[in-house]
Order: sequence, then C-alpha cells, then structure tokens
Amino acid sequence: MHPLKKNRPLRRIVLASATTVTGMVMLLALKPHEAPEASAAPAPAPSSAPSSGPTADSGGSGGSSTGTRTITGDSAQTIWGPVQVRITVEGGRLTDVTAIVYPQADPFETALNQSALPQLEEQALATQSADIDTVSGATYTSDGYRQSLQSALDSAGL
Amino acid sequence: MGTVFSFDVRGGDPGAVKAALEEAVAGLHRVNEVFSTYREDSQVSRLARGELSVGDCDPEVAEVLELAAEAERTSEGWFSTSYEGRLDPTGIVKGWAVERAARSLAAVGVSGVSVNGGGDVQMLGIPGPHRPWRVGVADPLRPGGLAAVVSAAGVEELAVATSGTAERGAHIVDPRTGRSAVTDLVAVTVVGPSLTWADCWATAAFAMGSRAGLRWLESLPDVEALLVTAGDEVRCTGGLAARLG
Repeated sequence: MHPLKKNRPLRRIVLASATTVTGMVMLLALKPHEAPEASAAPAPAPSSAPSSGPTADSGGSGGSSTGTRTITGDSAQTIWGPVQVRITVEGGRLTDVTAIVYPQADPFETALNQSALPQLEEQALATQSADIDTVSGATYTSDGYRQSLQSALDSAGL
Repeated sequence: MGTVFSFDVRGGDPGAVKAALEEAVAGLHRVNEVFSTYREDSQVSRLARGELSVGDCDPEVAEVLELAAEAERTSEGWFSTSYEGRLDPTGIVKGWAVERAARSLAAVGVSGVSVNGGGDVQMLGIPGPHRPWRVGVADPLRPGGLAAVVSAAGVEELAVATSGTAERGAHIVDPRTGRSAVTDLVAVTVVGPSLTWADCWATAAFAMGSRAGLRWLESLPDVEALLVTAGDEVRCTGGLAARLG
C-alpha cells in the first residue's frame, strides 16, 4: 500500500543504510542507583529465544554465595511482544540486569509485523491495520519484564 | 515503578544519532531521579516534604510545575498535581519527558523520530519517503487487538496518549473526591501535536467520564480523541476521522 513495501529491493537497501538506530531502554526503579543497561543496539529477534524455563550459566561455584552466576528468566509476553531478562549474581548479590529479548520496532513493516507485535497477526485484523510503527495504550508498567526478572530471581534463590 | 521507553530514529548521521540517543536515555534516567515520587531522596519528594524550595531544585522542576499548573487550569482541576494533599506531578512528567527526548533527537537532523514511553507516543518528521508514522491504539477490551490506527500523514508533529484502566487497574484519581475516578470509561486516547498536553488531557477526560470528557475535548484546539466506554461503545471527536488511517 506504499511504495516501499514490495518490488523495490534497491531502495530498501538504501533505506536500510540510512536507518540509524532502533532501540529500547528499560527504566526501572529496581536498582535506583545503578541504572540497568540501556541498549541502543538491536536486540535478538524475540521469536529466536523462546525459553522453556529459567536457565543458569554458572560462571562460578553454582549455588554458593561467593561465585558469579548469570541466570536467564522466562520469556514473558507483553502487549509489545516477548521480554526476557538475564541477571548476574555475584557473591549472593544482584549486580546486573540485562534485557536480552525485548520488543523492537523494526524499520521495515514486514519485519515489524513478524517481530514486534506477533499477537496482532492472530487477531482479526486487516493487514492494513497491522502496518503500524508503534502502539499507544494505557500505561504499560513493564509487567512482562518484571515477570521475566522475577523468574530469574526465583531461580537464583534471591 | 518502572516503564519502558522505545526509540525509533530514521535517517541522520549515525554517530550523531547514537550520541543524541545516549543523551536522551541519560536524560530519562535523570528525570526519574529528580521527579520520582517512589524515591524518598528525589528532588520532588524532598520538595513535597518541604525540605527544598522550587528554587533549590533543577530548573526542570519549575518548568514542569508551571506546565502542570496550566494543565490544571485548562482542565478546570480535573488534571491535578496533588495526590492525597501531597505534591505529585507524576501525571505530567512522563509525557513531558518523552516529548523532550523526541525533540532532542529531532534536533540532530534526522528524517523521523518516534519515542514511546509506556504507551504514550511522540512522533516527529516521517519514517520514510511517502510514508507517515502510524500508531495502533490498543483495544482496551480486547488485549492484543487494536481499536484504531492513527496516522501522522500531513503533519510534522503528532502525539498519541492513552489513559485508562487496561494495564494498571484503577489509578486515576478524581481531584474533587481524592478517590479513584468514577467514570464510565475504560480508555481515552488523545491525539494532538504535543505529548505533554495530550497525556494531561487524556488523564483529565478519563476522570470526567464520556459525556463531559468528550464535550471538553471538543472544545480544545488541535485535539482529537477516541473514548471507549466500559459498555464497549466508542465515541470520538468530530475531527478524529481525518487522523485515522
């Protein structure tokens, strides 16, 4: 329905290089004095990392309270798409929280439809209606992020 | 309380955009530090306790309080910055911060910027040639569905703000009673050039209810709106159709 959508591969490539940054940042009061990582780099595609449960990569002494461990939370659904959080625990203390999967508005509509709003495809929506860049809705308080974070925290025994 | 901000920047010099983005993100964290009422040590918390005067705070505090006072006047008190008798400008800070972040990014010479803060969006410019920004309005009664799609076609600046109960439950207070607003609405979406105001007007109209809210929104210049009632009725301002796409 617009000139960039199909049959213009060359133009799409030009657009791709002109497109600079798509990013997302989490602002949380969880760590008031230590801001969580704000990433400007594209995240992994949400569909690429469905998690069956929290996983821990032990970088230290497993369950002890002295080593360094990273634990990945469950993937949680939000209205924006799946969110998944990884935490780092050092000596029994939470030292880092990183969102490893989060919804990402893609420069290209087709990719947007596949990644950022997968659930929209399941709704009775016209294709035209899903051709959107972003969504407005009643205040979203990162419940998905919290769910994923909580599962990682639970798994770490914190 | 946390929320999620997403940035979508098109065009511009990659280095300049990256620097501006980092600055915008740092600015949002700074806003959180200064304005959060969830933090005992924030300037606003200290101001509310009388430990600081407005003059002691960052200049942004006075700026936001002035904007909030204007919103309170325009909405005849339906938008308010006091909660349980205490200063709480939370209702205006997010929209203001998102708009400011979007404008700071646009200032480095990009073709388009869209910043979404917890469901409230400020768009500037265009995302690509011959294509306007398009925003889905979440259907408050059908999670995952859209009630409408708003297009920024033909305008350089567009904001879309939604207030409602869908994501957080009842959290909007009737300033006259100090209790949760008694309203027949589940969501109000306001469309206008500035997110600072669109966000305030959505909050105020939500508290007013569908009849008074719609009438009041119609009286505001450059403002269109979509109201969804608990009975799943959709009501909109006369000029909204021109913004749907």
